[in-house]
Amino acid sequence: MEIKPGSRWKSAVCTAELVVVRPPASAGELQCGGVAVIAQASDQAPTGAIDPAHANGVLIGKRYTDLPTGLEVLGAKPGKGSLAFDGRPLTLKEAKPLPASD
Amino acid sequence: MQTALILEIAADACPERIALGSLHDGMRFAALRARANAAAHWLRQSQGHNAAFIGMNGAALPVLLFASGMAGMPFVPINYRLGDDDLRRLVARTAPGVVVVDDDMADRISGTPGIDIILRSTFESRFVDGPLPVPAPLPDHENDIAVLLFTSGTTGDPKAAVLRHVNLTSYVMSTVEFLGCDEDEATLVSVPPYHIAGISAVLTAAYGGRRLVYLPAFTAEAWVEIAAREAITHAMVVPTMLGRILDIMASTGQTLPNLKSLSYGGGRMPEPVIARALQVLPHVDFVNAYGLTETSSTVALLSADDHRNAILSSDPAVRRRLGSVGRPLPALELEIRGPDGARLGPGEPGEIFVRGEQVSGEYLHKKTIAPDGWFATNDGGWLDEDGYLFIEGRLDDVIVRGGENISPGEIEDVLRGHPQVADCAVLGLPDVQWGEKVAAVIVCRPGICDTDALADLVKARLRSTKTPEAWFFRDTLPYNETGKLLRRVLKAELAVES
Repeated sequence: MEIKPGSRWKSAVCTAELVVVRPPASAGELQCGGVAVIAQASDQAPTGAIDPAHANGVLIGKRYTDLPTGLEVLGAKPGKGSLAFDGRPLTLKEAKPLPASD
Repeated sequence: MQTALILEIAADACPERIALGSLHDGMRFAALRARANAAAHWLRQSQGHNAAFIGMNGAALPVLLFASGMAGMPFVPINYRLGDDDLRRLVARTAPGVVVVDDDMADRISGTPGIDIILRSTFESRFVDGPLPVPAPLPDHENDIAVLLFTSGTTGDPKAAVLRHVNLTSYVMSTVEFLGCDEDEATLVSVPPYHIAGISAVLTAAYGGRRLVYLPAFTAEAWVEIAAREAITHAMVVPTMLGRILDIMASTGQTLPNLKSLSYGGGRMPEPVIARALQVLPHVDFVNAYGLTETSSTVALLSADDHRNAILSSDPAVRRRLGSVGRPLPALELEIRGPDGARLGPGEPGEIFVRGEQVSGEYLHKKTIAPDGWFATNDGGWLDEDGYLFIEGRLDDVIVRGGENISPGEIEDVLRGHPQVADCAVLGLPDVQWGEKVAAVIVCRPGICDTDALADLVKARLRSTKTPEAWFFRDTLPYNETGKLLRRVLKAELAVES
């Protein structure tokens, strides 16, 4: 799994879709609902069950990070599974919204 | 990340939301993607390396901006207000390339070698109006330059600022939440396409899921009329525009009840104008933004709460923040340095330096960013005890008149060409309406110096906004030992005189 910046992924077990904002410093597996994500362009539809240990959900517009590797992922579509990198749950990146300036 | 990805994910997540234009017949996000995709296929068939745009604001701008990104070509919006010779010179610098040009401007650039010209009416009938195309996959590309923007430098010879995809997308993602806008929000864009804020407005609106409405060219009457008709909630204006908008609101009685947020930037805002704006538009959040082309737009902002706190405060240190540009964005670093490069403390004026992913600090063939990532803005300023940034103006001598950067050098060149002018200096003086006005200091040859004739000369050779509005006369001009004009000395003298 080559996790490049700007690459698009979808959950194998729920409706979540993801965009990689920052790649991880070391190779590993991006997971959603406890299962490896699949390339967005793939024809494969979501099947199977969400691991109850990884079922906190993905929210649209939120960013999730893996602090040890620097991986950062954007929720492009919401889903019921939650994100992990090599089994380690990603954490929601709290960002205070800024006023529009453009 | 690439800028086109912003549109791709927005179109996937909310295909039916209106991206562009009017609520009842605007272009939806899915349609904007499909049209940009079709235009990208057309761009790829051309032999061009760049996709330039010369024209007024409108739907063609976001379509071509996103299409360029999808096709892997830098997007190059060019200032149509330039004189014909300057315009042709810049267009020639984009060769080999494609130029989409407003029909009534096309003659000005015809015959430029290496340039394929497509009239805007043709572009619009193929890629903005007409039946909706079905998006087809595009090949991958390696281009990482999203936008080239020509900026006026001190020498008057425009430099092409390079904005890479990573700069712009970092800016967008660190300042806006993806689809964080309500469906009824709409931004009115009146800054021209060749201004960095015109580019960032397209990207931040698409990422936030906010409808974009264009004013083809600014007049205060049209701005107020469209803002009311289109239920505009957000807008960005340069200081000169704000005063005129308030005048029109006063004369028409329009109160703009839908307006929520008005940001301003691009020059010094006279305090009487912003104080009046806060009074006339109590329901509006005012945001002062400071940024540069080379930093992908905003690097510091004064929030609505900062405005309110400042105007209500009896503490002079808080009150004066109304004249500041607020605090640096959380995603970047900002510091003030002295001439020796040392970091300065609160209250000490020096040069503003910034560092962060949105900072390009790069021109074509010339990177000005330090190896450690810090970029010298060439702006002077200082921070107060709480980190509010106050701008003192360009360290070089560019005049910022109504948001337009004007280089004194080219005006001086024209004036020096007049037989009655022995020597001259052009500089900016403070002005309530424009932020700065163009002032000329003339050393006359024996005889009579006719300022009307000089003004006509500048107007004819350059353009009206570059014509000096204040004239001074001297027997000599101050120069240093290496022959460099001491503009600051002159400026200080004139500030006392005028």
